[in-house]
Amino acid sequence: MEENIKEIVVGEQEDYVINMGPQHPSTHGVLRLVVTLKGEIVKNVEPHIGYIHRGIEKMCESITYPQIIHLTDRMDYLSASINNESVCLAVEKALEVDIPDRIKVIRTIFSELTRIQSHQLFWASYGMDMGGQTCFFYGLRDRERILDIFEETTGGRMLISYNCPGGLMYDIHPNFQKRVKDFIKYFRKVLPEYDAILTGNVIFTSRTKGIGHLSLEDAISYGVTGPSGRASGFSCDVRKHEPYSAYDRVKFNEVLYTEGDTFHRYLARIEEMRESMNIIEQLIDNIPEGPYAVKMKPIIKLPEGEYFQRVETSRGELDTFVISDGNKNPYRIKFRTPCFVNLGVLNHITRDFKIADLIAIAGSLDLVIPDIDR
Amino acid sequence: MDKEKLAEIVKSLIPGAEIKQGKNYVEVSVGNADLFSAAMILRDNPETLFDFLISISGTDYASDMGLVYHLESTKFRHMIVLKTRTSGRDNPVIDSVCGLWKSAEFLEREIYDLLGIKFNNHPDLRRLFLDSSWGFPLRKDYVDDINIVSK
Repeated sequence: MEENIKEIVVGEQEDYVINMGPQHPSTHGVLRLVVTLKGEIVKNVEPHIGYIHRGIEKMCESITYPQIIHLTDRMDYLSASINNESVCLAVEKALEVDIPDRIKVIRTIFSELTRIQSHQLFWASYGMDMGGQTCFFYGLRDRERILDIFEETTGGRMLISYNCPGGLMYDIHPNFQKRVKDFIKYFRKVLPEYDAILTGNVIFTSRTKGIGHLSLEDAISYGVTGPSGRASGFSCDVRKHEPYSAYDRVKFNEVLYTEGDTFHRYLARIEEMRESMNIIEQLIDNIPEGPYAVKMKPIIKLPEGEYFQRVETSRGELDTFVISDGNKNPYRIKFRTPCFVNLGVLNHITRDFKIADLIAIAGSLDLVIPDIDR
Repeated sequence: MDKEKLAEIVKSLIPGAEIKQGKNYVEVSVGNADLFSAAMILRDNPETLFDFLISISGTDYASDMGLVYHLESTKFRHMIVLKTRTSGRDNPVIDSVCGLWKSAEFLEREIYDLLGIKFNNHPDLRRLFLDSSWGFPLRKDYVDDINIVSK
């Protein structure tokens, strides 16, 4: 009888499985993670996705190119303007349309403002994940200023759909330049507050430094792009390597670190906000005169062939791959979205860390769930 | 490296491939049986070193399925497009490249889920977004009973 009785220490003998999400405050959407634990050590993370799979690629096959623009907003809703630009550039590349400088410069400014507001929201929500409620208020307070600028010119705040094939929907508002300059002046002043409240915080740094390490080889092999990849030293900035719009005429640094831990993935985003402000400052006073849109045919038909366009969203590389059979809608359109590929690395970098670190690591990848599901 | 030189190198490395100069990138078409070996040569050869798999795109053509691999070298910064076609579309099977690039695991699962292309030697080939009651929505003969979108 005694032989059968084993001393059971909770969590040591067997792995057990818990379900995180799909409704969980720190997954920022409907991401479901099935986590295998040994004690509180994470042994395996299996993402179950598809809760908001809308079949955007399938829907695109039955609509026209100008209509597709409005669907791409709904992928990564925080990089909406950059997603639009990706499709516009692919269409313009296929039709070999020359885009005037004015459009290129305005598109670049909008892309960078989008990147800043996206990183502000990342900072706000990541701070909250780590227990700093104040971050959320600070981040959203500053993000509101950018959304107001968007609203004045485009009428929309988040999903602005400002780009269209051949240019922009409408010209910039007369106040645009002044308001952007005011914002940069303001944000340069408050960005050190971000560092003071979170970057240097002892609780925050001890929860993030040395956690979730991703090596350079793995970053390349897993295809982790964007600030998450650059924190591991993977030079993957499309703006540098394959410049589009006006990125070939501005000077900026690609933010690269070699550490590859959670803290540096966070830091890369903070530094990118500074670089984005540098880019905007170089362009805002030099917006060339000219038309805000090139006249396109009322029905856009792409010549038969395959077109590939890479852009850098705030989370990594977004690629639009269009296969056209000469009709007004694409035969096949494929979006390589950054979050979908970045999610693949989550199991690898969370293994053997604590369950509380899972929140910190998953948050540092800055996943946007509609971008994963599409 | 310019495109002409890259095309020459690839031609000498993969003799059976059909090489075309695309508008922006060199395009290499191989048979479906040679895909894995061609991908391995492109990744490991010191002159090409395509270590970054950008994306895999699957397409349903009427007679067969097409797969397009976009590769980039992080050292030389050149890009190449690797293409293949499956034999038929009833039971398309292709070798997985998971052993070469880890990002392929998710990208191939997505293609299996939406197009029904099976991958040999894939460690975990299951449906990703949809459950098994669905057909393969990105196939051209897929009938959407719920939400019919007319062309």
